[in-house]
Amino acid sequence: MNSPDGPAGKNDRDTDVAVEDGVARTNRPVSSAVADPGAATHRHEPHEPERAHLPEKLYEKRQAVHNKRIDGPFRRFKWAMMIVTLAIYYVTPWIRWDRGPYAPDQAVLVDLANRRFYMFGIEIWPHEFYFVAGLLIMAGIGLFLVTSAVGRAWCGYACPQTVWTDLFQHVDRFVDGDRNARMRLDAAPWTWGKVLRRAFKWTIYAVIGFATGGAWILYFADAPTLFRDFFAGDAAPVAYITVAVLTLTTVVLGGFMREQVCIYMCPWPRIQSAMLDEKSLIVTYKDWRGEPRGSVKKARKHPGEFGDCIDCNLCVAVCPTGIDIREGPQIGCITCALCIDACDRVMAEVGRPRGLIDYATLEDCEREARGETPRSPWRTLLRPRTIAYSLIWGSIGLALLFALGVRSHTGLTVSPDRNPPFMLMSDGSIRNSFTLKLRNMESRPRDMAIALEGLPGGVMWSDTIGRDDAAPAQVMTVPADQTRTMRAYVMAPAGTGERDFAFRITSQDEQRETDSVETRFSAPEAGQPRDSQ
Amino acid sequence: MANKRPTGKRIDEPTGTETVGHEWDGIEELDTPMPRWWLWTFYLTIVFAIFYVIAFPAWPMVDKATEGVLGWSSRGQLAKEISAADLARQGVRDRLARIPIERLPEDSALMAQAVAGGNAAFKVNCVQCHGSGAAGSQNLGYPNLNDDDWLWGGDLRAIEYTLTHGIRQAGHDETRMSIMPAFEGMLEPAQVEAVVSHVLSLSGKAEGSALGAQTFADNCAVCHGARGEGSREFGAPSLNDAIWLRGSTREDIRRQVLNPRLGMMPKWEGRLDPVTIKMLAAYVHSLGGGEDFVEVAADPAVEVDEQP
Ligand code: SF4
Ligand code: SF4
Repeated sequence: MNSPDGPAGKNDRDTDVAVEDGVARTNRPVSSAVADPGAATHRHEPHEPERAHLPEKLYEKRQAVHNKRIDGPFRRFKWAMMIVTLAIYYVTPWIRWDRGPYAPDQAVLVDLANRRFYMFGIEIWPHEFYFVAGLLIMAGIGLFLVTSAVGRAWCGYACPQTVWTDLFQHVDRFVDGDRNARMRLDAAPWTWGKVLRRAFKWTIYAVIGFATGGAWILYFADAPTLFRDFFAGDAAPVAYITVAVLTLTTVVLGGFMREQVCIYMCPWPRIQSAMLDEKSLIVTYKDWRGEPRGSVKKARKHPGEFGDCIDCNLCVAVCPTGIDIREGPQIGCITCALCIDACDRVMAEVGRPRGLIDYATLEDCEREARGETPRSPWRTLLRPRTIAYSLIWGSIGLALLFALGVRSHTGLTVSPDRNPPFMLMSDGSIRNSFTLKLRNMESRPRDMAIALEGLPGGVMWSDTIGRDDAAPAQVMTVPADQTRTMRAYVMAPAGTGERDFAFRITSQDEQRETDSVETRFSAPEAGQPRDSQ
Repeated sequence: MANKRPTGKRIDEPTGTETVGHEWDGIEELDTPMPRWWLWTFYLTIVFAIFYVIAFPAWPMVDKATEGVLGWSSRGQLAKEISAADLARQGVRDRLARIPIERLPEDSALMAQAVAGGNAAFKVNCVQCHGSGAAGSQNLGYPNLNDDDWLWGGDLRAIEYTLTHGIRQAGHDETRMSIMPAFEGMLEPAQVEAVVSHVLSLSGKAEGSALGAQTFADNCAVCHGARGEGSREFGAPSLNDAIWLRGSTREDIRRQVLNPRLGMMPKWEGRLDPVTIKMLAAYVHSLGGGEDFVEVAADPAVEVDEQP
């Protein structure tokens, strides 16, 4: 039966398992199991020889995970998280935020064309990208914090891949029925009924994928307008391409690849193993309590010989990544705790204490195994490591808030023209030209005064202010929410030498925000004839 | 399980795969077949290559490559892109063609486009003499276009005229033409020295003399003006300011009096279209020394003439 060569034998065996026992394993074939905890359990073979652990082929075909429906506190929490995260995702682009007549009124908007990022009361310009970088660092450290405290809980509840996979699994359940029905249908030959069913299911996949991609683009333009334009066929081609790509990737990643993404594509499981320690809360199977496994019947026959695990395999059946938590902590576990829900039910049914599979720290597991009372899992939340992460996280947050509070909405950049560096005028005075960029980060037009500092006798004019109006300071209107580029001509009297001076910009409103930029006035070198250039 | 096949290749037990039959220091290589997707990708590239060679210019022949059944060529592609770009610019060019140049500053958006277009045209046609920053060259006598000193006038219309008709273009009636005689042999050496001093004295760089003043008044003032202020009518440079086209040392000035070097500029009419010339004028005007256009004598006939 367990012939190592020839796919035929293997497939036969899998089909046997699927049909007879109603349970199939993803990573390694299991020879016996039942899904129903009440039913009698039986084992065909005690233990496979060591060699069986070697892969039979170098590349193994993915085996579908048909996880069973389960209810329990963690499942309900997962539902709540799914509703909350999806609601945030779909509702956010529709929230309006009044920013006055010159700025978009969408609360969260990534305005790529104008290079602005709006988030409620905050508006980020390209030169302030450090805010976004800071948020990303906070997200990273937040992930460290969550992982060191409660393991891969982000993966289990909030990760988009998890949320959408969960959604697609519910679709499977809705269309094809629960685990056993789905496995039967999978193994069944292709009949018209199956084709129709699959077509129906994949249509729902596509609708979900489309809704996912469709919502994504709403973050990049005015949502109601884009929504209308999109269905009227008037939206930009990039919108359609984005939606098409995201629809496809959502269906492929969430509908078909599912746990493969979590196990093989996602880098986080590799990192998390470095983040976890014996004090982190993870989903663990308490083997000292469960082993050796034996059915209720066997345990009744030989009291004292078997552990609490009745080997019903329900924990495996409900697992969205199709792993067996009883093999110990492993890369495929996303810490969703559905197996806890499952096993707690079983334990309740057979009248044993709950928590054979539970959120626990490895340290506490050892204590418990030694017979000591475990400490409250909450203790794990407060320990040097989590506190350190929280402190780093919080201080970055405070620093960002501070920077946000003190940032100026006025800015100036100066670049001197270097070709030619200076210009001799007919009356002997010396002219330099500069390109100035005046930034007005407020959503109203503002007047800005630009003044020369440290250039005695210097006057300036610009491409819009004529030379006749040359003066040591000029006032320019900068349109709302824009950077105005101007060419400034600065002229100093004959005999002025090379020297440093500054442009100072001051907003002509009650804020009187100011910014100043040091630059250099170029002039003929002393001793050089005044007219040679 | 048999360890050897008739081919003599060993079967690797754990994987059940044939080895390639070689052994290096006890290390054997499994004869694992290519992944199917890899093979298919490879076949697809072959199919693609065949399609490509037939459809596109690919195969080098004696004088040129095969043409490809689609008739595509990179030159054709470029021509198409250029004409598309030209088409896109047509609207701006039409408006530029219609507007009289002295009215251009009133339309600041159009002016900005003209300046940008002029900048590009300048980089192609003018930098060879005037330099990429339009600073000219004193050694070679190419005027600096950034300053406020103009031989022939610095308003938009004057600049456009200079660009259109050039300077000292033989056989062209409308060209700008200034003639400075060579005074070598016409003036006594002492007169030459005195007039050089006088020229320097106009901008306070030397002591003048009666002889110098007299020589200047007799020979030079007719073009350069009594006070050396120059004349735009004749393209005579002003001699009393800080800007010297060909140098300000005694040596420079003496050489220019005895045997003047005269500048020359091509006429762009016929080489560049009027719109490009207009854009160039706008660009040069924008460099910082441009002068406002002053209507000298409001001649109604002229004005009517200029309306589009
Ligand atoms: S751990 Fe619990 S759910 Fe899993 S097989 Fe044992 S008794 Fe069943
Ligand atoms: S083993 Fe349990 S916690 Fe881990 S993924 Fe499976 S069901 Fe979730």
